[in-house]
Amino acid sequence: MSRPERTTILDARALSRALQRMAVEVLELSHGTDDLVLIGIQRRGVELAERISRLIEKDEGVAVPRGALDITLYRDDLETVGPKPVIGETRIPGDLAGKHVVIVDDVLYTGRTVRAALDELADFGRPKRISLCVLVDRGGRELPIQPDVVGKQVKVDRGERVDVLVQELDGRDEVELVHGGLK
Amino acid sequence: MTALGKDLVGLEHLSPDQIRLILDTAEPFKEVSERPIKKVPALRGKTIVNLFFEASTRTRISFEFAEKRLSADTVNVAASGSAVQKGETLVDTAKNLEAMRIDMVVIRHPSSGAALFLGDRIRSNVVNAGDGKHEHPTQALLDLLTIRDKHGKIAGLKVCLVGDIQHSRVARSNIWGLLKLGAEVGVCGPDTLMPRGIEELGVCRFRRLEEAIEWADVLNVLRLQLERMEKGFIPSLREYYRVFGVTAERLDKAPRELTIMHPGPMNRGVEIDSRVADGTHSVILAQVTNGVAVRMAVLYLLAGGRPELADAAKGPAGGAAE
Repeated sequence: MSRPERTTILDARALSRALQRMAVEVLELSHGTDDLVLIGIQRRGVELAERISRLIEKDEGVAVPRGALDITLYRDDLETVGPKPVIGETRIPGDLAGKHVVIVDDVLYTGRTVRAALDELADFGRPKRISLCVLVDRGGRELPIQPDVVGKQVKVDRGERVDVLVQELDGRDEVELVHGGLK
Repeated sequence: MTALGKDLVGLEHLSPDQIRLILDTAEPFKEVSERPIKKVPALRGKTIVNLFFEASTRTRISFEFAEKRLSADTVNVAASGSAVQKGETLVDTAKNLEAMRIDMVVIRHPSSGAALFLGDRIRSNVVNAGDGKHEHPTQALLDLLTIRDKHGKIAGLKVCLVGDIQHSRVARSNIWGLLKLGAEVGVCGPDTLMPRGIEELGVCRFRRLEEAIEWADVLNVLRLQLERMEKGFIPSLREYYRVFGVTAERLDKAPRELTIMHPGPMNRGVEIDSRVADGTHSVILAQVTNGVAVRMAVLYLLAGGRPELADAAKGPAGGAAE
């Protein structure tokens, strides 16, 4: 097994600028904060949603309701989730009917996670609109799903992986491209 | 093989880590039952047969809720009115069900060892919902979860099981589970309902309920099966209540507040006083709520998580859910 090689895609400052821009784009998309709800997908998406909502709060002075979604129970591959599945917290802030929900995730790849998230959200109510906001779009979709807000677009080959590191969980802010070796 | 193996027969042969995995997995399932739509698609397409050779309301309904909230398809087979009454053996019944392509069997049976016996003979996952005097693992797991919710931990707590230890599969599963997670376990009940050599399991034996109350943090009051009186294990129900009934007067003398548990169904005025059962320290209904979450966790863990498939599916690109 070879040692994985790591290349930085976004350093801490670039990550911070990307989030700033994403926050503005989310606001433009939703025409303000009135019906806006940010839902992060476990785990890194939850942290990113938190950051974006803080940026919006700084600009607009409004605390945007935010929640967390764990899609493990909605995956289409239960038998392959590994022997010790970890199911994170799902926390939906109130009734989603009539809201504009923005799903926040770290990396968009096959689109299967987003498919599961859409199914799960539908079981919590009927938002008037759902948008998708991702930090990195690495291409390689297996489903007809596209993001509305993207922090960074990168072309990544099948054998490579994108790791999003955030201060709260990993001790530093960085996005890395990992190639070679195994996880 | 999943983290729990193919079947859940009892807690005796599970590791502390496996027990903790089930309890931790149950946590997020609690929230599923609070959703507007109390259902997730995790076991969609799986068929589960609830094979109950003994009367049961709570356990069967709890399993059925757990199965339905995971989107499994379920069939209930009761011994009365089935081919069992016509002389079919347990294995034949199960093999016939398996010929209809089922995925799991939840079995309640009056003979100790029935779940293990069945698990060794069919391909489907088997979950023991109580076998004779042997084990009732999901009951003990929900008891453990309820204790952990209430006290924030299990290790170091003193838990006393009160009543008919001799005939109780709930007691046996609780003893294994509690000891594995580091609790101290006491037992208290009449001599006639106490198995010989119980101390060898590593539990303390209390002859008087007052001593158990003075010692314990948690009392798990077992159901006294009324037919025990007819068979001469106890002189009378009134006598039992006078000596071993968990009453408010007895609990008033406790040096600390005790958490009161009961696996149900209760005989009010026999093993437990109504004021205690409905009192502020009773977690009896929390046990019932936790039962659904724990059973969802067990079914989910048994149904999924085969690492050899996970590795094959991952391929060079990493997990399927990037």
